[in-house]
Amino acid sequence: MERLIATIAQILALCRKEVLALVKDPANRVILIGPALIQSMLFGYAATFDLKHVPYAVLDQSHSAASTDFLARLDGTGIFNRQITLTSSAQIADAIDGGQALMAVSIPADFATRLAEGRQAPVQVVFDGRNSTTAGAAAGYVNSVVTSYNREREGLSPITVVRRAWFNPNLDSRWQILPAMIATLSMLQTLLLAALSVAREREQGTFDQLLVTPLTPMQILIGKAVPAVLIGVMQSTLVLLITRFWFGIPMTGAPWLLYLGLFGFTGASVGIGMSISALALNMQQAMLYTFLLIMPLTLLSGLITPIRNMPELLQILTYGNPLRFGVDLVRRVYLEGAGLSDIAFDFLPLFVMASITMPLSAWLFRNRLA
Amino acid sequence: MSSSAFKVRLVALVRKETRQMLRDRSNLLVGLILPVVLILLFGYGLSFDVKNAPVALVMDNNSSAAREAVSGIGGSRYLHPVRVGSMAEADALLRTGKVDAIVRVPIDFAQQQARGHAQVQLILNGIDSTTATALEAYVGGAMGTVALRRTDRGAPSVPSAGSVSLVQRTWFNEAGISTWYLVPGLVALIMTLVGAFLTSLLIAREWERGTLEALFVTPVRPLELVLAKVAPYLIIGLIDLVMCVIAARVLFQVPIRGSLLAILLTSMAYLIVSLLMGLFISGVTRNQFAASQMALLTSFMPAMMLSGFVFDLRNVPLGVKVASQIVPATHFMGVIKTLFLAGTDWGMVARSCAIMSGYALLLLALTWRTVRKRLD
Repeated sequence: MERLIATIAQILALCRKEVLALVKDPANRVILIGPALIQSMLFGYAATFDLKHVPYAVLDQSHSAASTDFLARLDGTGIFNRQITLTSSAQIADAIDGGQALMAVSIPADFATRLAEGRQAPVQVVFDGRNSTTAGAAAGYVNSVVTSYNREREGLSPITVVRRAWFNPNLDSRWQILPAMIATLSMLQTLLLAALSVAREREQGTFDQLLVTPLTPMQILIGKAVPAVLIGVMQSTLVLLITRFWFGIPMTGAPWLLYLGLFGFTGASVGIGMSISALALNMQQAMLYTFLLIMPLTLLSGLITPIRNMPELLQILTYGNPLRFGVDLVRRVYLEGAGLSDIAFDFLPLFVMASITMPLSAWLFRNRLA
Repeated sequence: MSSSAFKVRLVALVRKETRQMLRDRSNLLVGLILPVVLILLFGYGLSFDVKNAPVALVMDNNSSAAREAVSGIGGSRYLHPVRVGSMAEADALLRTGKVDAIVRVPIDFAQQQARGHAQVQLILNGIDSTTATALEAYVGGAMGTVALRRTDRGAPSVPSAGSVSLVQRTWFNEAGISTWYLVPGLVALIMTLVGAFLTSLLIAREWERGTLEALFVTPVRPLELVLAKVAPYLIIGLIDLVMCVIAARVLFQVPIRGSLLAILLTSMAYLIVSLLMGLFISGVTRNQFAASQMALLTSFMPAMMLSGFVFDLRNVPLGVKVASQIVPATHFMGVIKTLFLAGTDWGMVARSCAIMSGYALLLLALTWRTVRKRLD
């Protein structure tokens, strides 16, 4: 019992030293808060897939009541803004190439006559495919306008699609991205802090001193890992507060569960960071390895594109990615209000990752030097 | 005489820098292997395209009118209908992510239609709002299309009133594949990575260790030093560019409709701006950790988020739009996508090169000032 207390006291002393070393440096203090702050603002305002305004060009060669009526329906959706009125089809290329219009609607001269004769009246719509996601969404909107227009002409009663979106009633992409940031933004720095922790001491030559202290490698590891985990969770808290109060995205889940998840997730990230630290020869390598890892981890997390859209092999690889489970966990607790049983599946891989990487790095500390 | 001395010193320095770069494998990993990983991930792994999304169909009313209304869903290439017996069952499927949406035809659909206004309920999982928004548009477009198609063919009982048919064409990306715009955009991202991130880190390290000051006392002039530092990364950037172009063409069948010369020209102009940005950052911070964070925040993140790489700048609020115009990557992103997908627009290339020269001069002046000031 006494030995246990002594061990814990030793670890706490190291933790205290690590936290002080981090916080006492004013440059570090800025770096611990600034990036998370700026990035959550950036993601909150800039990361949007919501197509709210589609600037479009019109070439109306029909000049009829029918064509005006059709265009009025496009304008009536509130999404399409008529930006340019063209006079010849040669101008379509200019309007699209320059990016002033996302699409160009051209109505042929015989539009009204064809409709009056009960025939099909083709309307040509050209989309700018340089961002095919936006173009696809715009095409979808045009399609539904045309469908409902036709049904009315047919005398068929219109079918209204009444939409109800769970967990995100206005289908705001900010709701999709920001809660995921609670896990993502802190990962970058916790990984880096953990990776630098030992690499820095090694580069400055103080790691040898640490090794001759009574601390065992496992104690050193825990002493280095705990501050990194705490700082990671603190950053998550910062992003959580911004998400909740600045952007006003309501949180439906229980805070304790969210934090339980965050501790699990950050623990697994720190474990990976410590392994990098043990492998790297100096700070620069530690940073580069971290960066090398962080890009694929972010891309394969389901943060921006759904994991289901990935090929099989990559889907399997995502099981080794703590962020995949971190993002899932935070999103489900935050937006869905999931309970512990709903997200239990997310904890297991995180736990496995932490319990492999932590002992591995403790072993590496020893054997790397020997 | 002095020009030959310049050459000798420059060659010696470049050789030293190149060796230093080649020795440390972690640099090459980020400079050459990370781009390959990114190309493969963006090309194969990331897709925004909704294809055959499973949609649960709950038919509380099984009249022919109701079946007619939803039959268009089966015909859509974006949607894949799954018949489900009850709402509770569909609910569970949506909750576990087995289906992406529920289309529910209410029990009084036939009566509603007789009254002239029918409603169909669409329930989406908003956690993935991008997919959900796309699905909403596709379901809306698919609803009731079959009935129309029948009248178009001139079913005798219904007097035809004529209908609008949509002839839809997507320029530059006919099939609407997101890889086609992600991979060209990746060129900008990789140039930023090599230029700003890698360079700032490496030179900050020299500051931190004091080796740069040691170099200053040698006959080497600052300009030679800068050129020698930058040269190996220019080569790495060039290799990355070639890899991107080849991968785009060979692996992902992205068309390269513009001239290769224009792609090379604009990319190099942007790479130089990135490198100068990296130099500037390292000069300001003189500390590896701070430099890496600065490079991420001021170069890499904006290049990813604000340049129109994934997020269309047409959708963002005005403030972000203004901020995006300050980021050099924005001006490169538009050009490189156009060069790959649309064709060579020399006016656009010239404008981009002019903007890049402006940035280059500005950064050069700033770097000059910070470096000199600190040494005095």
